[in-house]
Amino acid sequence: MKYTEEHEWLRVEGDVVVVGITEHAAEQLGDVVFVELPEVEAVVAKGDEVCVIESVKAASDILAPVDGEITEVNEALVDNPGLVNEDPLGDAWFFKMKLDDMSVLDDLMTEDEYKDFLG
Amino acid sequence: MTDSLRRTPLYDLHVQLGAKMVPFAGYEMPVQYPMGVMGEHNHTRSAAGLFDVSHMGQVILRGPDAALALERLVPVDVAGLGEGRQRYAMFTNDAGGILDDLMVANRGDHLFLVVNAACKAQDVAHLRAGLPELEVIEITDRALLALQGPGAEAALQALVPGVAAMRFMDVGNFDWQGHALWVSRSGYTGEDGYEISVPAAQAVDFAQALLDQPGVAPIGLGARDSLRLEAGLCLYGHDIDTTTTPVAANLTWAIQKARRSGGARAGGFPGAETILRELTEGATTLRVGLRPEGRAPMREGTVLWDAPEGGAAIGKVTSGGFGPSIGAPIAMGYVPAALATSGTALWGDVRGKRLPVTVSDLPFRPSTYKR
Repeated sequence: MKYTEEHEWLRVEGDVVVVGITEHAAEQLGDVVFVELPEVEAVVAKGDEVCVIESVKAASDILAPVDGEITEVNEALVDNPGLVNEDPLGDAWFFKMKLDDMSVLDDLMTEDEYKDFLG
Repeated sequence: MTDSLRRTPLYDLHVQLGAKMVPFAGYEMPVQYPMGVMGEHNHTRSAAGLFDVSHMGQVILRGPDAALALERLVPVDVAGLGEGRQRYAMFTNDAGGILDDLMVANRGDHLFLVVNAACKAQDVAHLRAGLPELEVIEITDRALLALQGPGAEAALQALVPGVAAMRFMDVGNFDWQGHALWVSRSGYTGEDGYEISVPAAQAVDFAQALLDQPGVAPIGLGARDSLRLEAGLCLYGHDIDTTTTPVAANLTWAIQKARRSGGARAGGFPGAETILRELTEGATTLRVGLRPEGRAPMREGTVLWDAPEGGAAIGKVTSGGFGPSIGAPIAMGYVPAALATSGTALWGDVRGKRLPVTVSDLPFRPSTYKR
């Protein structure tokens, strides 16, 4: 797994990358009540706002962690946003992306680096 | 900034209970405990929630005809308020806007007011300037707790025998281990429950004794907000302020007959001309309930439109979020009177998209007060 400073995790599955948010992010957000997902086949650039998460407290965005194309989204989150709090690292993945260049993942944090980042 | 924040007598208890503390109205207050906002909300609806509301202002008014005097500042029948009873009121300004909303209790030889934390200094100054013949005493040596929910009566009765006999909006003096409690059967959640003024020195022990009762859990400001929103209750500075009149705010129920045109003590409060006219003719805009379609919450500031495209921006959301007991997003806001009928279709601009929202009756969830 790789991690971003925006508290996303990325996991390589074959030729795509699965993206979700970390336990720390889920905990900070609080109870998630609404998730808006990107459109499949959307071409996104690193830093684009691709998802909206609303918790009982506030709205926040998920940014595209890298350049690529959205290949699949997790519709289960739309019907059951609470999944984000229950299983952020597993069932509550947000979307899958195909990258032009998988080597950009090397620039992201490892699990140990992310733990240090959290302090 | 943190240095200047004030703490309530329960600060250490909040920290010990694992609360996340945030600045609110000049105080460090618990926004949530480890249970989380949704869990705390649901716990209050199903059992009992203990809230620290010590940041709110507690004020005593004393003097001859204090009730009649206070009527000079509020459009409410205070003189007709029986001993041992409380009612909702608001300070108005000369334009008919709302300076603050408050509770007024008739405690026999004095009136007891509970005002909003953010407004309390201004309220006390307003009372002193407007009612120079009265003694205005700001109480700073007492904490204020709220115990709310279906389990509140049993929990408080176990510690303070006699409170079970109180009805909604009754107030009374009680004793706990030799210390004077000022209790009212009221709250800000739509649930049955109590607000209890307790000496600051006993606040922690008393709060702990309540938390030791079965079913009582500490509840933070996050759940307090979603609970009051479901109950259709206004939050000062958001749903009501100096730009909204009591009539526009749909609070006409709080203006009793005695203060209306033709009443025994009609008018005589700031903004009476505007407010009495609006009571007869209606206000141009009205506070309404709003039910967004789908799951996307419409937060405070969301602009409301009268058409899915084109059309006009006709109002905005003043409070909005997710209602855990409703299982859907809910909101309140102001719209023109012609669009204020329940069932009216409107659209709210959420992140650049106009999403459908329906004007709805308030409260979103029926209250369970013990009348």
